Amino acid sequence: MTVITWLLALLQALLIVALAPLLMGWVRKVKARLQNRRGAPLLQPYFDLHKLLMKEIRVPHTASLLFRAAPYIVFVATWLAAATVPLLALDLPIAQIADIIVLVGLLALARFFLALAGMDVGTAFGGMGASREMLISALAEPAMLMAVFTLAMTAHSTSLVSVMAHHLADGFLLRPSYLFALGALLLVALAECGRIPVDNPATHLELTMVHEAMLLEYSGRHLALMEWAAQVKLLLYGVLITNVFFPWGVAQEFSVTALGVGFMAVLGKLMILGAALALAETTLAKMRLFRVPAFLNLALLLALLGLLSHVILEIGA
Amino acid sequence: MTQLPLLQQFVLLLAALALFLSFVLLAQARLVAAIHAFAWQGVLVAAVTGVVALAGNAHHLYFSAGLTLVLKGLLIPWMLHRLVRRLELSRHTELLRHPALVIMAAVLLVIFSYWLVEPMVAQGLAFTRNIVAVSLAVVLIGLLMMVFRQQAVAQVLGFMSMENGLFLAAVSATAGMPLVVELGVAFDVLVAMVLFGVFFFQIRASIDSLNVDRLNRLTEVEIPPSPPFSRRGADTPTATGASK
Repeated sequence: MTVITWLLALLQALLIVALAPLLMGWVRKVKARLQNRRGAPLLQPYFDLHKLLMKEIRVPHTASLLFRAAPYIVFVATWLAAATVPLLALDLPIAQIADIIVLVGLLALARFFLALAGMDVGTAFGGMGASREMLISALAEPAMLMAVFTLAMTAHSTSLVSVMAHHLADGFLLRPSYLFALGALLLVALAECGRIPVDNPATHLELTMVHEAMLLEYSGRHLALMEWAAQVKLLLYGVLITNVFFPWGVAQEFSVTALGVGFMAVLGKLMILGAALALAETTLAKMRLFRVPAFLNLALLLALLGLLSHVILEIGA
Repeated sequence: MTQLPLLQQFVLLLAALALFLSFVLLAQARLVAAIHAFAWQGVLVAAVTGVVALAGNAHHLYFSAGLTLVLKGLLIPWMLHRLVRRLELSRHTELLRHPALVIMAAVLLVIFSYWLVEPMVAQGLAFTRNIVAVSLAVVLIGLLMMVFRQQAVAQVLGFMSMENGLFLAAVSATAGMPLVVELGVAFDVLVAMVLFGVFFFQIRASIDSLNVDRLNRLTEVEIPPSPPFSRRGADTPTATGASK
């Protein structure tokens, strides 16, 4: 049984890496349709990754070993973080070794090396991008932890699996704390994945880019890994938000039908979330960098209100 | 939480949203958007009353809900809106000096009111007992808003949201006030609103601004302002521009 569950966990981790470009392609496609463009095909991110993987790597002569190692570290850390999120089934062994705090820590590790790699070459843009990324993440991380603690307080556990199992066992409840935590996590996800109100993923404009600025010197396989890691991160946040707040459909036993239902459910939920993201990106304008702290303060406030409303409104009731 | 019926959960959700709108009111820089937030808070308070009436089968509360909806959700916001337009303040923005600190102070007020209300909650009232802490927090945040905002219209918004909190407390702690009291309070608020409107024009005629901090000055000559807070650091360049 344990071998089978470990195999399932491996399958789930591979599935996350395989699905990540598809989600990115879906978001781009919906966004293009909303803007009256036809857009690139749904599978375009796969073609891009393939092309980049086939290409030769060019490394600046000022680069150190860190520059070459960073793409692998960033990719593996993000992938590991994503593997701890229950995608199809609940009781997988990997979820028992890693809880939400490990997830946040792995993401922080990836971000740390991404920022170091941005500064390593010594170009102006890399340093600028790294400093901006750190500004954003230093404010986003407390908000995310607070939101996560709200969920953890309800389930009395920091393990994602227990949080989801608790939510499933309770059935449908209108929890004010969950509403606030959902709002906070959505804002944090927008900031962390570099989506539109905070960073524009489609721009190479020097004044506004954050994530792109750190990747400017990368090429070939390294660039492919970095881009792929960003796509995995988007999928991670998508699965985290949909599966924690709307866990219905996820497999609670390991039968083929339950897993199939879980797969279809998560695909459907991600499609809806991706379409919502594309809609938000079409209607919102990118904000100035100095407005970002206010944006993330709102996320922190929402997370705090989630904690407080859990204590005030839900415990005694 | 798990054993409450869906309708009562809905009441708690609405009350939590009303508390969130208090925060929005506190930090909202644009007057018109703040008035909209106030209107939504009125609608939410009316909705809480209505759902409490539905859940607790208290028919007299339907009347208060309707009164609140008309008065706080529609009439007073409309009057404020008209005032702001006549005072030509519809594009006015006023930034708080230290928004993050003020918000944190408001969060502390929420915790304080929870601590204050806790012995009362332990007595075990109706299912709405937990909302008492929320309504006290709305009152205190309204007070905080009157302290920290310098603009007269924003201060009136703080005052009115305090009244929202008091009403919410009455509904949640004692299943509503007697009809006579309620009508009296509603009438008072309406009269206060009219008086505030007159005062706005008076203040503007005498000091040519609605920034009530300028009422503290004794001299007629314009002294270059020496601000009460030190204006160093990254968040200040906007503050000087916004005080006018």
